[in-house]
Amino acid sequence: MINTKKYIFVFIITCVIFVFAFSISNYFANQRIADIKSTEDKISIDILSSETQFELLQESSCAAINGSILSDELESLADKLAYSEAQHGANDPDVQTLKQYYSLLEIKDFLLVKQIFRQCNATPIAILYFYSNKGGCPECTKQGYVLTQLRADHPSLRVYAFDYDLDSNAIQTLISLYHIPAKLPALVIDNGIYAGFQSSENIYKIIPALVTLDASSTPSTSTRADASSTSR
Amino acid sequence: MTFSGILLDISIFIGLYFQVFLLVTFFGADTPIKKATPGAAKKADEWKKLPTVSITVPCFNEARTLEKTIQSLLGLNYPKEKLSILIVDDGSKDDTYAIAQQIVARLTAITPEQPVPYNIRAVHQKNGGKYTALNLGISESTSDFVGCLDADSMVDPDALIRMVPHFIDPKVMAVTPAMLVYQPKKLLQYIQRVEYNIGVFTKRVMSLINAIHVTPGPFSIFRRSVFAEIGLFKHAHNTEDMEIAFRIQSFCYKITNCHDAIVYTIAPKTLKTLYKQRTRWSYGFIKNAIDYRHIFFNKKYGDMAMLTLPFAVIGIFFALYVVGDVLYHLGVSISNQIVKISTVGLHMPHFSFSWFFINTEMTTILGFILVGITLVVILIGRKIAEGSARPSFDIVYFLALYGFIAPLWLGKAVFNTLLSRTTPWR
Repeated sequence: MINTKKYIFVFIITCVIFVFAFSISNYFANQRIADIKSTEDKISIDILSSETQFELLQESSCAAINGSILSDELESLADKLAYSEAQHGANDPDVQTLKQYYSLLEIKDFLLVKQIFRQCNATPIAILYFYSNKGGCPECTKQGYVLTQLRADHPSLRVYAFDYDLDSNAIQTLISLYHIPAKLPALVIDNGIYAGFQSSENIYKIIPALVTLDASSTPSTSTRADASSTSR
Repeated sequence: MTFSGILLDISIFIGLYFQVFLLVTFFGADTPIKKATPGAAKKADEWKKLPTVSITVPCFNEARTLEKTIQSLLGLNYPKEKLSILIVDDGSKDDTYAIAQQIVARLTAITPEQPVPYNIRAVHQKNGGKYTALNLGISESTSDFVGCLDADSMVDPDALIRMVPHFIDPKVMAVTPAMLVYQPKKLLQYIQRVEYNIGVFTKRVMSLINAIHVTPGPFSIFRRSVFAEIGLFKHAHNTEDMEIAFRIQSFCYKITNCHDAIVYTIAPKTLKTLYKQRTRWSYGFIKNAIDYRHIFFNKKYGDMAMLTLPFAVIGIFFALYVVGDVLYHLGVSISNQIVKISTVGLHMPHFSFSWFFINTEMTTILGFILVGITLVVILIGRKIAEGSARPSFDIVYFLALYGFIAPLWLGKAVFNTLLSRTTPWR
């Protein structure tokens, strides 16, 4: 004899467990988004603060402008954003918005770095990295590993990663400004465009100063510029 | 959400539903864990005289364990004159029959220490398969009940006296025991020990809803008259113990489980022997399920038709899918690591803990809930069979490894079924 009530009762319990799991999962997902948003806001304030500080110190010597004015949250944010993207998918509206915001912060940070270094008559050691998540880009994955390792070896190196396909006017402006080709990955180093995968060895050849970066302290590279992103 | 994600969640939902169903049924019973013995034994006494029982011990190359198996039967708390034992050597190639003859000679001799001989015989037949040995035992028996004890298993002294009262219900045609692994020593045996604990719980619940679909070789007892009505054992894809249970159920009779009748069985020590044994069981289940497909979703057969059998079949495919999914992601992860190492070399990873990176996906949370329920089920099974729900390290082995080894035989069984390949006994 079938006890229909028991079947329904068990179904309800199972649904309750599912709803419970969904709620917990949703709660933590929202917390993550809030965490990223809060970090982005902090970075925004950091950059604004840096710009203000920079303007105030513009008349001072180069030595007075040190890297401590730069935000150091970008790298951790990149990791969190990459994790959220993997969890929710690249097309998640929240992730898209956060990425757009993050990309703007990266551009602002890059411009600020350029300004600071120009004040000191030096060239910043920074890499703009364009990647794509669409259609699979195995070379992009490899390029990400190389840049992450370079960042680990040289904390002063600033790497700015941009999703080529992200719906962002600022990124599209960067792409047209630097004539970034469709063949990805692509790197911009000191206004030079490097399309396709670049190994560590190649990058060391392109940036000879990288070998000594963080090995010794020089006026042009002594900035505490240890926040960058290589993650996607 | 992707199609594979939806399929994964459906798999988990069905698995969870089944687990919850078992727990609700178990805790809804009047005495889910309580030993049945005192009341049952009393009823047995009231039954005035215990029925006669004959046990068939089918053997194929069991020279090493036969003596121990017979000794355990002799140790049963059951009137000597009511119990008969028939050892059937099914064409063994080792000394099984010679040893059986020695045992019989010793136990049938009348001596001052043994004034009443045991009712034990040994016969030899040309190898015809286990089911033929069992049928020989049934046809030669005149007892009220007949049983079987595989020659790699040992019974607890109180097993039979606890099982017999279950036959007070005239609809009960078979009673199964609670099976435990005999003295586990190897890793695989410890894993099987936990698996058998789960089996004890599952059988207990299946018994409550009359959904048992296997009467295992180690000490299942049958009402002898049932064979006259439904026929003897069949080859049944080398799983005659499963087919007979399907057949009993298809005649709308009952099979109950006596959860405090303990039988110890020697579990396979190596992956190869375990794989062969389980492939045979899984293949036999699929084939018997196909043979008895008319039972499925037929309300006449109760929960077995509406839930447990369909779940057991679907469960095979979902288990394969879930493990396939896990292995796929594991493969992707390993492949990424290989690409990484080949690109930038081997570097010490930098570890830093942050709550942010803890996986709190719904599927992961549900996975943990399922593991938690499995843990509860293991401990209940242990409490029922061993009297103590004490956790032990073998549970960790089980949870870590079983999910990866079980699909080996499930996959092979499905493969054999699809290609109509027969699965040998050994």
